[in-house]
Amino acid sequence: MVRDVAFGQYFPGKSIIHRLDPRGKILVFIAFVAIIFCTFNYCSLAVTAAFTAMFLILSKIPFKFYFKSLKVIIFIVIITSVFNLFYGTGDVIWQWGIIKITWNGIHRAVFVTSRIICLILASSCLTFTTSPTELTDAIERLMKPLNVIHFPVHEISMMMSLALRFVPTLLEETDKLMQAQKARGADMETGNIFKRVKALIPILVPLFVSAFRRAYDIATAMECRCYRGGTGRTRMKSLHLSALDVMSFIAMGLVIGGVIVCNIFIPSVI
Amino acid sequence: MNFISVQNVRFSYDDIEETKNPVYAVDGVSLEFEKGGFTAVIGHNGCGKSTLAKHLNAMLLPDSGKVYVDGDDTSDENKTFDIREKVGLVLQNPDNQLVASIVEEDVAFGPENLGVEPAEIRKRVDSALKAVGMYDYRMHAPYKLSGGQKQRIAIAGVLAIEPQCIVLDEPTAMLDPSGRAEVMNTLIKLNREMGITVILITHFMEEAVLADRVVVMDSGKVLTQGTPDEVFSQVELLKKHRLDVPQAAELAFRLKGRGAKIDKIPLTAEDCVNLLGEVLG
Amino acid sequence: MSEILELKNLGFVYGQGTPFEKRAVDNVSLKINKGELVGIIGHTGSGKSTLVQMLNGLIKPTEGEVILDGKSIWAEPKKIRSVRFKVGMVFQYPEYQLFEETVYKDIAFGAINKGLSGDELDRAVRSAAEFTSLKPELLDKSPFDLSGGEKRRAAIAGVIAMQPEILILDEPTAGLDPMGREILLSQIVRYHKEMGNTVLLVSHSMEDIARVADRVIVMNNSKLMMFDTTKEVFARGDELENYGLKVPQITRIMQSLKQRGYDIPDGILTVDEALETLSALLKKEGKIW
Repeated sequence: MVRDVAFGQYFPGKSIIHRLDPRGKILVFIAFVAIIFCTFNYCSLAVTAAFTAMFLILSKIPFKFYFKSLKVIIFIVIITSVFNLFYGTGDVIWQWGIIKITWNGIHRAVFVTSRIICLILASSCLTFTTSPTELTDAIERLMKPLNVIHFPVHEISMMMSLALRFVPTLLEETDKLMQAQKARGADMETGNIFKRVKALIPILVPLFVSAFRRAYDIATAMECRCYRGGTGRTRMKSLHLSALDVMSFIAMGLVIGGVIVCNIFIPSVI
Repeated sequence: MNFISVQNVRFSYDDIEETKNPVYAVDGVSLEFEKGGFTAVIGHNGCGKSTLAKHLNAMLLPDSGKVYVDGDDTSDENKTFDIREKVGLVLQNPDNQLVASIVEEDVAFGPENLGVEPAEIRKRVDSALKAVGMYDYRMHAPYKLSGGQKQRIAIAGVLAIEPQCIVLDEPTAMLDPSGRAEVMNTLIKLNREMGITVILITHFMEEAVLADRVVVMDSGKVLTQGTPDEVFSQVELLKKHRLDVPQAAELAFRLKGRGAKIDKIPLTAEDCVNLLGEVLG
Repeated sequence: MSEILELKNLGFVYGQGTPFEKRAVDNVSLKINKGELVGIIGHTGSGKSTLVQMLNGLIKPTEGEVILDGKSIWAEPKKIRSVRFKVGMVFQYPEYQLFEETVYKDIAFGAINKGLSGDELDRAVRSAAEFTSLKPELLDKSPFDLSGGEKRRAAIAGVIAMQPEILILDEPTAGLDPMGREILLSQIVRYHKEMGNTVLLVSHSMEDIARVADRVIVMNNSKLMMFDTTKEVFARGDELENYGLKVPQITRIMQSLKQRGYDIPDGILTVDEALETLSALLKKEGKIW
């Protein structure tokens, strides 16, 4: 069922990772994404993988949820790794017709797969441990300087947080609609692609209609609760960096340093 | 003047200048709401009760007539937010009025908009959640809660603004019986213990029976009003307009019609049993 | 009376084999006769919604069998879609599933999926619209331009147009005002009488069930607690209260009078019945004429 998607969900908790300042978490995450694409040998890859593993363990969220979030993208992972496997350069170690496998291809496949997996795990870790409100709040604060050039920072972050709030609601609604249309004999399991896309119309039209209705309702509800844009707004939870955040920065710095050192002393394999 | 005073209000969703015969959703309504009262407004869908509700916190402004909240005219733009601070509005669908993904963050939304200090927001959120009995759920995600729980969170969200009055627009229409009971118990508690003025728009007469005062609306007008006893004893009038009456009242009324000696129409099962006991001897 | 539907030790567990395992239906066995109007009651989470979704194969039972017209519906899993035309299911708030350009097309959606066409389709759509009191001129309108009550009825018509042998309605009157409830309920009764079809009605409104059902299924905590005539079920008010259910106010009043020693039969379900009983009593005592 659609509801089983774990990616993008939030699991309330009190772990070290949960307690990190969301702004710090976002910065660390961005640095991590950058550094993961700078791993060119197994040593630096191991450093980033170890760093990911450390975060997952510290988040105290059962591993099955991380596996679930991987399951969603497993298809993409396989496709990209297969492509990389066959498009390597250098000495051929196995050939069948035009398909040839090289050591370089194997390395590439391993790297691409590991990078995507680390990326998904790290972003899952971020969304699992940070509530959507915290996340958007942090983005709003990080982007505050853009207010100077009249970039609508508050509006955008409000939209993001509302969108995130309605993800589970709309997923549930999709589920219900699918059941209801199936009860009217809609066939969504068989037929060619064209037929299947057409079979989605009875789901998508009501879903859009209801999304608009909800949007209208939520706007009314927000006005009733004295919402008038970002000016003069306060927040219940004020953010401040703690020793924990500093430690996460140091850890990130060590990883960056480690990857650079590895890259200098060990030759690249891809 | 009373806390809320509705004076000869007319309102149409049509453009009254452009349309020849505009349909008035609210058509000449005058009502007074006292501080600390618990009023139920009942009537069919389309009778104008929801439109009236939106006039009470300046979400809609009358085409003609006036609405005063604590002495302020709702059409005075400078007073809009003062009025919404005093009169909170809870809507029908609990899913569509929760804005945040965590219960306590949702309840904080109102006071955050008002620019309240963080420490004070925390206090208000905690006490609002305790008042509706949802404090233990403050870290939960709203979509995992039952309808009745979600609606109580919505009520807490309005409470955190510290209003003097809460207007609820069919808050129980989408709930199951236990959810309805949860919401009603919460409202009675807020009214009796915290002195909050409650105006409940509903089409369940068993909820209206619990109020101090009942207003019946039909086709944009006030059909009748009074205490629940006064209103529901007019069985004929209500039936004529195809509104529900408690079965107890209907039975007593019809027995009376057959010549039984009945003076006062009962609303609850208990009163009815006592009455019938006397009549049967 | 011939039976149309039989449930044999039916059970369902959500997320079987995962840590989230949750039992929703536990060992339910019962038989429903052709042409009956059966009420299904139980508080939220009692398993009644899961139960009805197994009847048309939307949910596959983890244990037991659903036997329709003497044949297990999962005997040929590939043909499960055909079961959905025999057992029509109207979900809660069905108006949210409308999607076509016109009301007519929307009502026809299920019937076309079933394979109806031409005059037969037209007749099915028009008679379904008639059963739900949708005026013919509404059929060419967009479903999104209808009023709330009309949308609900159009959605129900969409299921009736599939000409099912069994019609299941999950809380059809939820969210409607008293008048809308009254209209819809009497239409369901009329459909049931005129078509002679089996109807299963899931409802939280005990008054509604008391008024229309022949027999009542009571679910609690995923188990079948009672399945008996409406009179018998509502005569067991104390038991129902344990399951978080209330009997209609009128039944409660008459029950209390009986306990006070008056000569009143069990299981009075409507104000009309109560009125006649009490009038007779009062006449006997000479208190009214």
